[in-house]
Amino acid sequence: MTPLIAAAPQFVQPEIWWTWLAPYLLVLGAAVVGVLVEAFVAPRARRSTQLTLALVALLGAAGWNVWLWVDQFAPTEFKAIALVNGSLMVSYFTLALQTVILVVAALALLVVADRSRGADDFAPTAAAIPGSDYEELARTKGLQQTEIYPLFLFAVGGMMLFPAAGNLLTMFIALEILSLPLYVMSGMARHRRLLSQEASLKYFLLGAFSSAFFLMGMALVYGYAGTINLWAITNGHALQVPEALVGGRPLLVMGVVMLLVGVLFKVGAVPFHQWTPDVYQGAPTSITGFMAACTKAAAFGAVIRIVVWFAPFIGLDLHEEIQVTIVIVAIASMLLGSVLGVVQHDVKRLLAYSSIAHAGFVLVAVAGVLPYDGQTFVFPMNSAVIFYLLAYGLATVGAFAVVRLVRESQGRGADAVTLGEATHLSQWAGLGRRSPFLAVAFSVFLLSFAGIPLTAGFIGKFTAFKVAVDGGLWWLAVLAVLCSAIAVFFYVRIIVLMFFVDPAADDTEPEPAREVVAVGALGATSDAPVGTPLAGEPEAGVGLRLSDELRRTSGGVTVLKGSVGSRVAIAVAMVGTLLLGVLPGPVLDLLEKTVNFLP
Amino acid sequence: MSNPYVPLLFLMGVAAVLALGGVAASAIIGPKRYNKAKLEAYECGIEPTPNAVGGGRFPIKYYLVAMTFIIFDIEVVFLYPWAVEFRTLAVFGLVAILAFIAMITVPFIYEWRRGGFEWD
Repeated sequence: MTPLIAAAPQFVQPEIWWTWLAPYLLVLGAAVVGVLVEAFVAPRARRSTQLTLALVALLGAAGWNVWLWVDQFAPTEFKAIALVNGSLMVSYFTLALQTVILVVAALALLVVADRSRGADDFAPTAAAIPGSDYEELARTKGLQQTEIYPLFLFAVGGMMLFPAAGNLLTMFIALEILSLPLYVMSGMARHRRLLSQEASLKYFLLGAFSSAFFLMGMALVYGYAGTINLWAITNGHALQVPEALVGGRPLLVMGVVMLLVGVLFKVGAVPFHQWTPDVYQGAPTSITGFMAACTKAAAFGAVIRIVVWFAPFIGLDLHEEIQVTIVIVAIASMLLGSVLGVVQHDVKRLLAYSSIAHAGFVLVAVAGVLPYDGQTFVFPMNSAVIFYLLAYGLATVGAFAVVRLVRESQGRGADAVTLGEATHLSQWAGLGRRSPFLAVAFSVFLLSFAGIPLTAGFIGKFTAFKVAVDGGLWWLAVLAVLCSAIAVFFYVRIIVLMFFVDPAADDTEPEPAREVVAVGALGATSDAPVGTPLAGEPEAGVGLRLSDELRRTSGGVTVLKGSVGSRVAIAVAMVGTLLLGVLPGPVLDLLEKTVNFLP
Repeated sequence: MSNPYVPLLFLMGVAAVLALGGVAASAIIGPKRYNKAKLEAYECGIEPTPNAVGGGRFPIKYYLVAMTFIIFDIEVVFLYPWAVEFRTLAVFGLVAILAFIAMITVPFIYEWRRGGFEWD
């Protein structure tokens, strides 16, 4: 008879392969050093120290990953390496995804660090009550919350761990490491503080809720298998628990589905999407860009890890259940994201719904996972998803970097005060004339979102949908194409607005307060009576929430110049989007290696 | 039992009963005697100070104490099992726990340098 609880195994010192752990240690270590910088470096020098430290850590880790790929992995036959007793599993997939996350995070950091005149995104002290005297004092003293940088690095560290986790506990810890800094950072906006704090609280509460799902799923899977080690679960090396105590397959099915709920929340897929528009709108825009691009990449890494570890294995026989779950979520995300995106009037909310739709498009590829056919373990979705996330990440960081430079302003000449972002679509009219560089860049990002050929988004969508077709889900791919077609409408509408509509209000002559210039009928923006002041309530649509602040300050719109860093980030994102669209070959060839067994 | 999912459904039911039942039971059978003290903010047993009108400042010392407590709390949570298994874990355990202590001192240093311990 087998004992219920196995005797404690002898302690075996885990082998630690520092070479493979170095990227994580670099990023997380830099974050810890960043906290010490906050403690010891003089306030004046903090920002530059932090920024240098963070950039070196991110690019260093990316470089290290490339070296691991080229020099350590490529010459060997290995498909994956288990680190620290299998807590982490490193493979081509994780190396590639982490490098994407690190590069996109470095771009996002350049935008976060932008503190040029009027363009600072962060509150002078996040602890001050909005509108209080203390806040005003902090503002005039020029205080800065440089804790942003260590928080940023901690989040990136968690994002690197998330797709590399080899057991469920590590995955959960990574989930929390990446989430907690994001909750804090979402509440630190300089303008519209209340909206930002509301976003932060919503994100935190719903995030905690989804973490509970993840934990419950973990408990159920443990109840089935007696281990949290992914490798052990799928290979049947679980502890031998007497049959009578095992609830059997329902435990595993429910457990895996609940794990998926936890990670799909981070992805922002329907029906776990409710936080997305509010948080994307409320958070400081540079943080929104970072959050949208990098969290999505990391969370999809985790989705794929769960799907790949559980779906195709013969012993578990879970393929059907997981595929049905993913397909339903994918359809709901695509439809809801595309349809609700059409009726948005706020650029940030529009991009949020677009991100929900994109989550659906990526899930279309994930749904194409094939059951194990007894011979090969190959997952073409891996490379498609990484490419899609790279394309989406570049465009997202760039798009939000543009959004944060288009500001409302009050007063004129030297007295002009720059306020929060001019997020209402009507305020974007005529941007092409005001600032051609930003308008062109934004158009490129929107076209990439829309999946127009010659942009990275097209190749991403093409490869992703191809995986679904190869997996026998051609009808899902057709649906995805239809949803992209719906989404094209609202992307193109912004482009039309920027280039073919006259500016609503000239920046030298701000409109009187308490008036808002509204875009007329949706879809007919070009011939709407633009420039007609509309007294009273701004027009409302589904999901449209105009803050009171916007109504008060709908005066002029200024386009900030932004720091060199953020302009470089926009330019790099734009060039990257176009390059990946025109010459995707080399990158796709490289990513071909990630399709091998083990995510 | 025909359907294997019934136990899970049962578990959900138990969870719902526990969560809602507690609230409902105290609402139904709990004595309701209102007095002024019950409506006041709880402030560690001392007289609650009124909030300044219009969003003034209020002391956050208790929060700082709580956060400092968390640092040492976490430290002890991990030190204790390590101390119990000290012999088995040997040098590896010692190095690991020293690294851990060094890490957890970092937020403490941060708090100290940024004036978290200045009471007034």
